[in-house]
Amino acid sequence: MKMNGARMVCEALIAEGVKTVFGYPGGAIMNVYDEIYKQNGFEHILNRHEQASVHAADGYARATGEVGVAMVTSGPGFTNAVTGLATAYMDSIPLVVISGQVPLSLIGTDGFQEIDAVGISRPCTKHNYLVRELKELPRILKEAFHIARTGRPGPVLVDIPKDITAEFGEFNYPKDVNIPSYKPTTKGNNRQIEKAIEAILKSKKPLLYIGGGVVLSNASNLVRKLAKMGGIPAVETLMARGVMGDSNPLLQGMLGMHGNYSSNMAMSETDLVISLGARFDDRVTGKLSEFAKYADIIHVDIDPANISKLVMVDYPIVGDISIVLEKIIKGIEDKINSERYSDWRTVLNRYNEIHPLTYQDSNDVLKPQWVIERVGELLGKDAVITSDVGQHQMWSAQHYPFDRPRQWINSGGLGTMGFGFPSALGAKKGCPDKTVINFTGDGSILMNVQELVTASEYKIPVINIILNNHFLGMVRQWQSFFYDNRFSETDLSYQPNFKALAEACGGLGYDVTTKEEFDSALKDAIEKDKVTFINVAINRFENVLPMVPAGGALYNMILADKEEKK
Amino acid sequence: MADVRRVISILVENESSVLSRVSGLFAGRGYNIETLTVAPIPDSNRSRITIVTKGSKRVIEQITKQLHKLIPVYKVVEHEEMVEKEMVLAKFPIEENLADIQALCQAYNGGIANVGANMIIGMVTDEPCRVKHFLEATRRYNPLEIVRGGVVAIER
Repeated sequence: MKMNGARMVCEALIAEGVKTVFGYPGGAIMNVYDEIYKQNGFEHILNRHEQASVHAADGYARATGEVGVAMVTSGPGFTNAVTGLATAYMDSIPLVVISGQVPLSLIGTDGFQEIDAVGISRPCTKHNYLVRELKELPRILKEAFHIARTGRPGPVLVDIPKDITAEFGEFNYPKDVNIPSYKPTTKGNNRQIEKAIEAILKSKKPLLYIGGGVVLSNASNLVRKLAKMGGIPAVETLMARGVMGDSNPLLQGMLGMHGNYSSNMAMSETDLVISLGARFDDRVTGKLSEFAKYADIIHVDIDPANISKLVMVDYPIVGDISIVLEKIIKGIEDKINSERYSDWRTVLNRYNEIHPLTYQDSNDVLKPQWVIERVGELLGKDAVITSDVGQHQMWSAQHYPFDRPRQWINSGGLGTMGFGFPSALGAKKGCPDKTVINFTGDGSILMNVQELVTASEYKIPVINIILNNHFLGMVRQWQSFFYDNRFSETDLSYQPNFKALAEACGGLGYDVTTKEEFDSALKDAIEKDKVTFINVAINRFENVLPMVPAGGALYNMILADKEEKK
Repeated sequence: MADVRRVISILVENESSVLSRVSGLFAGRGYNIETLTVAPIPDSNRSRITIVTKGSKRVIEQITKQLHKLIPVYKVVEHEEMVEKEMVLAKFPIEENLADIQALCQAYNGGIANVGANMIIGMVTDEPCRVKHFLEATRRYNPLEIVRGGVVAIER
């Protein structure tokens, strides 16, 4: 069928089953927007900033497991999208971002709104394309989706010059993809898998180290099965919260810089780390030479470059976690039982009794941990939780009772402030039946606050809970601990009226200072089903604890505030 | 870990952005490039990029793995058994001892490539360590300009 390039883009998106596109029009992408106007195959959400469009597509992808799609124009439209691409890249989130480009004849002439999108995005995309001929367009779009969702997922940019979207040609969307140079290894080497099984059976203190790859591979049930079968304790990274489910007694909690005591001690004392889709990030490992010092390491990862990148691995297995775990479970089923490691579990339970993850609640001022736990009590597994970046992110990861994978959405690798609100919009579009809560801070929320308008216009009722300490809290905490209380540029005492701001944009606003006020605000917001700011005044100097100082060994944790020790 | 020198050949799809993907990877991840050559492979739509790099064994392993991840990369070969050659063009003033220069170039698998009114251009093609010796030997003839071609290598 003959059509222009712009229509081809729309047809390709429909063929890929895309339901929602987040974007923002502009000169170079106008042809595509003209075709969007004429079609009914997918919905377009007009965010109020391109960064938010990409984060929204990202939140959609994380919540549903499908490829998120965003669309932007050339030049500033694209550069605004770069933070979104980088965020998705660092967390291996499948996205296809389509950007307009100046016409082919103008490329290289510093044309209006021209920027080298492929050049800029090369280090923060899994792959990118500049379309040079219309006849390449269907194949490139097909490949973009394939590359985004297979192997180690990631964002793919397709940059399309304006004359190509205007040009007419024959459209045949390919059924199959054939990229001879791209064949991810998924099955795992059987010999290595056998060796890994032997290592597990030989181990006295094995530990499952669960990373975001388990979520991406939809392997949570298999991980839970393996853990249960062998009674193997587990720790989760920030990206893996929800994989085990917090009611699971085998789960020690989150490990790393703000991990709880038993998780970090488990990693320090284990004799066999079973790493599943985790990448030994510096926020997890602390001092590398002390990390899992007494352990052999099994590392299952679909990306061979992650294996032995930071920590030398004894049993490398390159493959899709689901496929590899099925083989491991099959091989180990008859040889293992849940009593095998009970001594080891007793040790860890003891650690958890000595130093449980806790906080000092107060009747004078709201504690952020209380707010998060309260939301957990009221909404539990019925909510999808997104967060921005900072103290509130860590408190949420620590204190929310996560029940399933894809329930917890946050920017782990890049640590992008401003991610929470737009990703919540995406998550809500993907999971309309769930209540979507964004835990945010008074710093982060302002970084994409314009999305109040988007949420109101499209009636996307996400609830932003602003844990407001009038500080850039995490930086303030470091200043307290390591910079002798010099609060350089972190005091956010000058604030907007968050309640009025939300209302001005068509949403609901609440100022909350007590537990009762919080409960009634949350209840009211859920009932009224509109985009909401709940501005919660919390203890200004609350710290995220425990904490492993950057570069320190995991077993050297700051467990309590100095004041509380006294 | 001590640094080792490695010659890595990368077979890539012959497309416009591929060299920037490869060189950008080295720059972005802080890997070292000593020499880089690139040319199309005859009768195919592929090119061969030959890179000489230095790094610890772990860094070299990361380099090959990260290169593999680039979508247009077909194959990465970290050479062990190979024939390695580098070409050098060197321009000397005509006043220098031309017979000496010719003899020198011939000793390093080369000869005189061009002679003009004011200068003579010598050419050699040899193993990288011998090229180094050649460059040292040329100093006494006051070279005006030296152009090195970078290493090309082929598996034995």
